[in-house]
Amino acid sequence: MTSAGSKSPSRTASSGCASDDSILVIRDLAYARGQNRIFDGLNIDIRRGAVTAVMGPSGTGKTTLLRLVTGQELPDQGSILFDGEDVARMSRRQLFKMRKRVGMLFQNGALLTDLNVYENVAFPLREHTKLPERLIRHIVLTKLHAVGLRGAWQLMPSQLSGGMARRVALARAIVMDPEIIYYDEPFVGLDPISMGVVVRLIRRMNDALGLTSVVVTHDVDEVSSIADCTFLLSEGRVVASGTPEDLRDHHSETVVQFMTGMADGPVPFHYPAPDYGEQLLAGGDQ
Amino acid sequence: MMNDTARALRRLALEVGYSLRGFFEHFGAGQLFLVRIIVNMPYALARPGLIIKQVYVTGVLSLVVIMLAGFFVGMVLALQGFLTLSRFGAEDTIGMVAALGLVRELGPVVTALLFAGRAGTALSSEIGLMRATDQLSGMEMMAVDPIKRIIVPRFLGGVIAMPILAVIFSAMGIFGAWLEGVIILGVDEGAFWSQMQAQVDLREDVMSGVIKSIFFGIAASLLAVYEGYNCVPTAEGVGRATTRAVVNTSLTVLVLNFMLTAWLLGGK
Repeated sequence: MTSAGSKSPSRTASSGCASDDSILVIRDLAYARGQNRIFDGLNIDIRRGAVTAVMGPSGTGKTTLLRLVTGQELPDQGSILFDGEDVARMSRRQLFKMRKRVGMLFQNGALLTDLNVYENVAFPLREHTKLPERLIRHIVLTKLHAVGLRGAWQLMPSQLSGGMARRVALARAIVMDPEIIYYDEPFVGLDPISMGVVVRLIRRMNDALGLTSVVVTHDVDEVSSIADCTFLLSEGRVVASGTPEDLRDHHSETVVQFMTGMADGPVPFHYPAPDYGEQLLAGGDQ
Repeated sequence: MMNDTARALRRLALEVGYSLRGFFEHFGAGQLFLVRIIVNMPYALARPGLIIKQVYVTGVLSLVVIMLAGFFVGMVLALQGFLTLSRFGAEDTIGMVAALGLVRELGPVVTALLFAGRAGTALSSEIGLMRATDQLSGMEMMAVDPIKRIIVPRFLGGVIAMPILAVIFSAMGIFGAWLEGVIILGVDEGAFWSQMQAQVDLREDVMSGVIKSIFFGIAASLLAVYEGYNCVPTAEGVGRATTRAVVNTSLTVLVLNFMLTAWLLGGK
């Protein structure tokens, strides 16, 4: 489970989940939305400098986990330590201070629709720094160049494809040189070329800028090619963790079903329902 | 039978209770939202460009609707006033009647209702869509408070635009009344203007209209940004928030108008 060695040349030498240097530590996390218990005793360590994938079937609370670790929601129980500080106990001022050290890429990019590409990327700099315009321009163009969209600086978000919007959002996420970036389903709805570009960018940015990346996704193949460590969530807790290879060799039915994409298994194909025959014969309102 | 009646009454009482609780919850939340807006005002005031842009969006872009509406309301006032006042031989006073009606009541109230339909819906749906497309969450994740950056400039833009629009509405209404009364119906032009000049007081009439429109601007802008900010982040949620913003603003303006009128006339 620990550094089992990476077969992918793109991963770092020290692959795996175990670490003495964790930037994010989640312990005994419990969270429910109404009657729906989403997490129950969740434990995760995010190793500094690694690309960590958090996978799981739809509805397992992957996006909710990102909302919890960024302080957008509060857990019912447990702790979320970001660099030793409990996110759940932070004041709003402390949360905002923490978020300046964090980048987040939303599923749809979340670009501000009334600003063009350049202004979107410059937005955090303008809000948090008093840098001269020349320097802001230099930084913005550097970040846009890194994601291959320097030429698109004048475009409005409505003129961008899904892949381009996500790359602009990535440029914006790294413009303040964060320590960690959270990616929420970064591959959803992308064509193979855009997906390949985003996959490579996540790894390249992580290594070139010395970041820590947490990729929440259910795209097994894409994330397996770049992740150092993978956590598989199911029913509110981690059911398996390790390198992508560890997970592929896992014998648990839940892990096998998820990694091979089987339609039926511990996660059933059918939503719980009464007997088919009885329901058909019952008629009426059912 | 008695049991059924008692049960129905109990259910009715419960429903009324729930509705009242919901109303007071929203009322309280709205007040707290206003406090957050006021607390965050210095940020927006230090960036006047953001406010000016919103004055343009809510005010300048509403000009055509406001001017057209004011013009036709003024014409109708003159026409109705002429038909009624001519029975008493007092048709020369239609300028005064139209002006008083416009600056004291119709200008502020109709402007606020039109504002709710034109600018209020735009504000609610824009902010609601920002919520639905994670733009507000994205801003929070960039350590920027959306109340400061998005809500306060839009609120202030509406508050500034409303009295200006109301004055323009009244001016266009008076122009419409002049066109209908003097040019079309043949009322004496000198009497039209002199009656107006003699009877319309700047402080009592014009300023009371402006004061009303400031209150309406606060209410309409607050309800629009509140509904948009707190909407359910779905297409249906944004639609409902927009509808609520218009309905609540319209009712609030009418109730507020009565209260303000009673207050402003209180000294007499």
